[in-house]
Amino acid sequence: MPERTVTVASRTGLHARPAALFVKAAAAQPVPVKLRVGEGKLVDARSILGVLSLKVGHGTAVTLSADGDAADQALDVLAELLARDLDAEPVDG
Amino acid sequence: MADAQRATEEWGPDQRAGRGPSPARPRREAPSFRAPTDENAAGRESSAREPGPHSSVALQGLGVSAGSTAGPALRMGRAPQLPASRVVLDPEAERAAAREALRLVAEELAQRAERAADPAARAILEAQSLMAGDPMLTESCDELIAGGLDAAHAVHAAFTEQAEGLRAAGGYLGERAADLEDLRDRAVARLLGEPMPGIPDPGHPFVLVADDLAPADTAALDPARVLALVTARGGPTSHTAILARALGLPAVVACPGSASIEDGILIHVDGAAGTVQLHVTAEHVAEVRERAAADAAQAARGEEGARGPGQTADGHRVPLMLNIGSADDLPADAAENAEGVGLLRTELLFLGRHDAPGLEEQREAYARVFAALPGRRVVLRTLDAGADKPLPFLSLAEEPNPALGIRGLRTARARPEVLETQLAAVALAAADTAAEVWVMAPMVSTAGEAAEFAARVRAHGLAKVGAMVEVPAAALRAGQVLEHVDFLSIGTNDLGQYTMATDRQCGELADLLDPWQPALLDLIAACAAAGRAAGKPVGVCGEAASDPLLACVLVGLGISSLSMSQGAVGRVNAQLRRRTRDECARLAEAVLAAPDAAAARAAAESAG
Repeated sequence: MPERTVTVASRTGLHARPAALFVKAAAAQPVPVKLRVGEGKLVDARSILGVLSLKVGHGTAVTLSADGDAADQALDVLAELLARDLDAEPVDG
Repeated sequence: MADAQRATEEWGPDQRAGRGPSPARPRREAPSFRAPTDENAAGRESSAREPGPHSSVALQGLGVSAGSTAGPALRMGRAPQLPASRVVLDPEAERAAAREALRLVAEELAQRAERAADPAARAILEAQSLMAGDPMLTESCDELIAGGLDAAHAVHAAFTEQAEGLRAAGGYLGERAADLEDLRDRAVARLLGEPMPGIPDPGHPFVLVADDLAPADTAALDPARVLALVTARGGPTSHTAILARALGLPAVVACPGSASIEDGILIHVDGAAGTVQLHVTAEHVAEVRERAAADAAQAARGEEGARGPGQTADGHRVPLMLNIGSADDLPADAAENAEGVGLLRTELLFLGRHDAPGLEEQREAYARVFAALPGRRVVLRTLDAGADKPLPFLSLAEEPNPALGIRGLRTARARPEVLETQLAAVALAAADTAAEVWVMAPMVSTAGEAAEFAARVRAHGLAKVGAMVEVPAAALRAGQVLEHVDFLSIGTNDLGQYTMATDRQCGELADLLDPWQPALLDLIAACAAAGRAAGKPVGVCGEAASDPLLACVLVGLGISSLSMSQGAVGRVNAQLRRRTRDECARLAEAVLAAPDAAAARAAAESAG
């Protein structure tokens, strides 16, 4: 199964706004994506409650995984998002 | 000293009005409005006053925030009550209904997020919208329905379970529990066809009608949309009243008849007279709103003339200070225009915490306030908590009568180290900044307590120590208390509650909590006299200080400074600058001679 491990760049970690942006992006992907920290529990990346429950802090390495034809592309999009400091980006209209 | 913050602590951040019974505030059903012919109601009504139509009736409540306005009434939505479970014949239909309800809730929140101007509010609404559509919750609803529950019960159970899990996790996740309960109530209301809980958002200005309002409800209140507040319960120092005065919204509380107000009818609220006129005409509404706008413009001009330091017409200085909970409450121009802070509540830092905030965190928070006011006085109140406003880390036992139990300074008997850390943080922050830092303790009852507190504070190198006067015993022995401290600050709301033996939350007895009660004013006069004799300042930081006419009375009684919310400063100064110190003294004399609160107010109005 394709995987990407990426370090979360947002200053507040995967909480609040960064978590919401990530979940929204995951929901927009054509395949279901899972998220985990190390070898910890797998959560559905489309679930804000699941993502928050991992309590991912700034600088934590997380692993994304998905199956299916579009898996690689979906993982690239989400990995790129996590590698940005979403807290530093302006809130658009 | 009652104020929005304190009310928050008393009710707890999660005890929203309309959320069913809460241990802190027993809910009573408000008596319903009766027809005009009913003898019980006769005293509550008067015929409509001009220029209203004669067919309308007026309800009588307690006016707690002056101003007159009119518009459509909308009720605060209550949390829906679950009916008995239904036997499910078609689980697929229940699943579809649950999903549709959650989808609609998510969509509504997403739309509100788009409309929200404030980025922080938008982020919260967006996150809530995502939670409503969370696959974990949808799946758990599906499972519960497969197990035999109907849609409403399944949604309720799924969200409640998840919320409890989050609350147990604590921290940031724990704070999301209330969000989930909010979503649960919205989705269940949709499934049951009941109105949405919370503050309505009709897209036009309206008068908000509620049983009572909790801090959590009013945090979302948009003063540009809400014209006025009318509540069945509450009193002059309830959260609703304090918030209304802070926002400058007319408000009538303790108005049991308001329970009968139907959504959408046009009403006229007079926050000075305490009347709510029902079924007025659209022309009447337009006329009232026009007059209100003209009055507001005139008041703004008056306040413009009253800029500058607080003083009487003959130049007697009365510093008008601010009541704040953190640096965020300071107005942007504080450094230029604020005379200082008369009450810095420190509970905000401690609220909802399982561990006490550390020395550095406290130091930083206090330094932010001090740094904003170089050369100005900042009076910091040490932690005011207790069994009525529980803080988990204090681990105080539950008390049958918390208002009379371990609260305020009394918590230091059990946990002196919490006070010690706080004083150390204050001392460090004061040393870093140029503000003139004064420190005072809440709920001092005896001269001995004052002496002990003063010794603790001075041991940290802090020069100015004071005691709050909220307990009648401290007022009666103000002279002895002043032998140990440098100043007194009177918290009129609690002093009123203890003087009149009347719970601040007891709406039916709101008249007893009137700050114009002569017995309360007698105690204030005794404190002022003791201050004069000792040559030490005695201020008032309760809501009484923000009533412009009463503020003049307080100055006449010999009070040396007044502390209030930012919104009241201009109004109070405008009144103060109209009178000489002698005129204020005569006002005070007339008021003290009055037999009751109404007569006291009338005496001041006719004298002034």
